[in-house]
Amino acid sequence: MIGRKRLVVETAWCKGCGICAAFCPKQVLEIQHEKVSIKAPEACISCGQCELRCPDYAIYLVNIEE
Amino acid sequence: MPSDLIHQYMRIDHLPQIWCPGCGNGTIMRDVAVAIEQLIDDPEYDFDRDDFVIVSGIGCSSRAAGYLDFNSIHTTHGRAIAFASGIKFANPKLNVIVLTGDGDCSAIGGNHLIHAARRNLGLTVVAFNNDIYGMTGGQYSPTTPNGDKATTAPYGNVDRPFDIALLAAGAGASFAARGDVFHARETTEIIRQAILHKGFSIVDVYSICPTYYGRKNKKGDAVEMLKWQKENLIPTNRWYTMSEEERVGKKLIGILSRNDYPEYTEEYAKIIEQCRKKK
Repeated sequence: MIGRKRLVVETAWCKGCGICAAFCPKQVLEIQHEKVSIKAPEACISCGQCELRCPDYAIYLVNIEE
Repeated sequence: MPSDLIHQYMRIDHLPQIWCPGCGNGTIMRDVAVAIEQLIDDPEYDFDRDDFVIVSGIGCSSRAAGYLDFNSIHTTHGRAIAFASGIKFANPKLNVIVLTGDGDCSAIGGNHLIHAARRNLGLTVVAFNNDIYGMTGGQYSPTTPNGDKATTAPYGNVDRPFDIALLAAGAGASFAARGDVFHARETTEIIRQAILHKGFSIVDVYSICPTYYGRKNKKGDAVEMLKWQKENLIPTNRWYTMSEEERVGKKLIGILSRNDYPEYTEEYAKIIEQCRKKK
């Protein structure tokens, strides 16, 4: 994972629309049982596309505390 | 625990919102929140959250007033602009932002839209335009494209659609723009500029409705509808590099017109001042 950010999923808010997984440039995300799951966290480049596009605010980046 | 933006500017006890999976309205509401956050954080302007008022009408879009944690009012169908006009008159310093839908602002509230635009009253109207009445079950709206299907147009819509941004500009709005769900950053910037604009500003934001409009018209799921927006709705910088042939079937996303017509509450204040002097 590049940078000092990590993905957080608010699973209860996810409606499984698949927008985040489709627009992730590194195929980090997948939809399983109508919810997003992080399948390849090490591939995440912290671009923020998922946070920008999630209509339900269910996935976002946070700074990793050092 | 949601992200800082959501925690700070939305009523998180009301989330997740009621909108269908993949509905574009959530992204547009986020764009509005980000635009307001940028203005509050910008040292050039001395805004705090109480300088913003969110007004909405009725429809899917208008649920947004309940989720955004500002001074907000959820009004009656089509009358959001009427309520917002009263708020703006009572306190012209406020940034009054109307969140409405294609049906709410161009059908039921069509007259309020054109007359507030004609007066150039300093409101910011963000239309969540999904081409259909979602909440009531997928009836065609004034922006449903000609030939497209809806529950009330099973053989195709005979009507021709309104272009809300051009309609408002034609009626006298001094700022008219278009946005969409896919180009979220561009749309956020357009909304930010619309809020800063002194006169009446309209931002017609093309939403996506996978549940009704998408399904009725075989547009695919939310991802497919966003990919369509990516290919066919073109931000300003790219639009002006394209030839006439390349633009066929595509639409410009950006600020369509902006001018400095006198703002209504300022003109009204001048009349009050003039009358006081005569006494």
